[in-house]
Amino acid sequence: MTGLSIENLSMRFELPNGDHVQALQDVSLDLKAGELLSVLGPSGCGKTTLLNIVAGFLAPTAGELILNGHKVTGPDAERGMVFQQGALFEWMSVRENVGFGPSMKGTPKRDKDETVDHLLDVVGLQDFKEKAVYELSGGMQQRVALARCLANDPDVILMDEPLGALDALTREKMQSLVLKLWKETGKTIILITHSVEEALLLGERLIVMAPRPGRIHKEYRLPFADLGVDADLREVKKHPDFGPKREEILNMIWDMEEEIMGGKEDAA
Amino acid sequence: MIPLLIYIIIFVAAFFIVTKVVQGAGLSDYTSLKTVTFGDESAVRPNRAAGIISILTIFLMWGIFTGSSLLPGFLHAPGPYEGTTSFTYTAQAEGQAPDDATVTVVVHPREVATDAPEVDPGDGFAKNDSAAIAQWRTGLINVDRNDDITKKDGAKVIAINGEKIAPGETVKVDGGAVTLSDKGTPNFEPTRGWQMEPLYLPAPEAVWTRSLEIMSSGFRNFTLLEHLGYSLFRVVVGFLIGAVVGIPLGYAMGLSDWFRGWFDPIVEFMRPVPPLALIPLVIIWAGIGEAGKIILLFLAALWIMAIAARSGVSGVKISKVHAAYSLGASKWQIMRHVIVPNSLPEIFTGARVAMGVCWGTVVAAELVAAEQGAGMMIMTASKFQNTDIVIMGIILIGVIGFGIDMLMRWAERILVPWKGKG
Repeated sequence: MTGLSIENLSMRFELPNGDHVQALQDVSLDLKAGELLSVLGPSGCGKTTLLNIVAGFLAPTAGELILNGHKVTGPDAERGMVFQQGALFEWMSVRENVGFGPSMKGTPKRDKDETVDHLLDVVGLQDFKEKAVYELSGGMQQRVALARCLANDPDVILMDEPLGALDALTREKMQSLVLKLWKETGKTIILITHSVEEALLLGERLIVMAPRPGRIHKEYRLPFADLGVDADLREVKKHPDFGPKREEILNMIWDMEEEIMGGKEDAA
Repeated sequence: MIPLLIYIIIFVAAFFIVTKVVQGAGLSDYTSLKTVTFGDESAVRPNRAAGIISILTIFLMWGIFTGSSLLPGFLHAPGPYEGTTSFTYTAQAEGQAPDDATVTVVVHPREVATDAPEVDPGDGFAKNDSAAIAQWRTGLINVDRNDDITKKDGAKVIAINGEKIAPGETVKVDGGAVTLSDKGTPNFEPTRGWQMEPLYLPAPEAVWTRSLEIMSSGFRNFTLLEHLGYSLFRVVVGFLIGAVVGIPLGYAMGLSDWFRGWFDPIVEFMRPVPPLALIPLVIIWAGIGEAGKIILLFLAALWIMAIAARSGVSGVKISKVHAAYSLGASKWQIMRHVIVPNSLPEIFTGARVAMGVCWGTVVAAELVAAEQGAGMMIMTASKFQNTDIVIMGIILIGVIGFGIDMLMRWAERILVPWKGKG
């Protein structure tokens, strides 16, 4: 029973004025070990709520979450998290940041140093080992965040728009890195993104979520992530299916946004 | 007004000399290439030359208006009259022709005791007189005391140097002015000049020599270092106790609903109460000894440190805490490795503020009542009109306060280099 299964997950926030928001309704999803799922959707569709529930930071109002046969009840080292930015510990060097997880577990120093050295090699930051994280560029900081997450050897990696704040070129390089790490480590990854292109390139599976209430609108299985492991991502984008898929999903999200805007006007 | 005018002239002259003449040529750094500097805060950096000239100007002005021996004489503001001068008075008595007599006045520095010179009485019923008057003082000259006909017998002074004078009127004479008192006695006031009287503002070198003297021989049974040391000791101990109690309190308030609810009203009420307002109560409760001072400084530091620690905890980004949890950290580890380091910059800022407040409070508390300390020193000196010690004390208190702030900034740079980098 390896893998993550999300069963009839619902999340309802009561507002102080007596109203409520149905952030998620009956979301079910099975993720096999080693799958890479990207999640797209207009703002307010509950994708961050979903991620926070999987991470264990929020308890759902209904439904449950089973990882490798046991129920998820809170945050744990088995589910690592990569945030958009600002989640590194600026009082620690790059090496200490990456070694944080093993340190917390009390891993012997030699093993920890080995893991840290190896991961810094993988993300290409060996020369920046002793630097303070605030001395690094945004892209490098996200490499540190990836390495820090991997150092703990989690079963699932949750990424909350990890590349959202990077410039286009850095972003492309980081996308290749994510694919490379995924293939090498065989981790289950859930990636939340705003970029349709990124979701297509990285998602072996892709779900598009719809708002009000937050739910899974459509699911895809895509070949691009596998292609991208070995090829240049710009080549992958030239794949005959890539353009049409991108248009289809863009239109889908565009329609949802329109609907939200329209709804707002009605309300007003 | 004249000192202000001189100050403005130096300010303007230095500005033109430094910016137009000295620095006008050969500047080509980035800021000098900016065309918009008015309103661009980053282009405004303190002018180093202006800073140095500003400090020198203060000492220069101080020297000019105290007749400092550090300055060449021509720079001094006109000093008070010193030397021997004389004026004549005309006395009138019934049945007598008005008679003139001369008054010789020796105006001497205050610290030089001088006797009135012997003078030849001269002829006529009004006799010549003499007097010794200290600079910046005035003196009634009882001109009739040696006259043949005194005031009691109806003699009156009617003119000074030939100018008619009535009670309440003033006649200018060499080296001063003579005013006739209501009772008809001439009152001589030597010219004061533009300089400050040493009693009000001693010259810089006088303050310096007095400082050396106090440093070697002490003041009121304690040496200068002991006075300053006592003040610093109280500040450090009071601050440390305040920090030891306040920081955990602030953490508790940042981490627990109950603590936040319980202590919020207390902290929010006590924070705006100036520590100086607590001095009377602390004196009533704990007396004027060390305990009272330390309690006062503890209270001054406590709320500042508690609030700094609380906002340090509140300021931690939730993504950092989440990241630490999902990396497997326990609550205690999150406290130790995330919350504490994340709050250190705030705590350092609070500590800097608290040290500044404590330093001000200790001086004030010592002004009120103390047996030793910087504040007690200047308060006691002022009661004995030892202005030089008062000025020395103020300068030292300022220097130490500045030093404390610099030290805290330095410690902050070394210990929390990540400040503002998150």
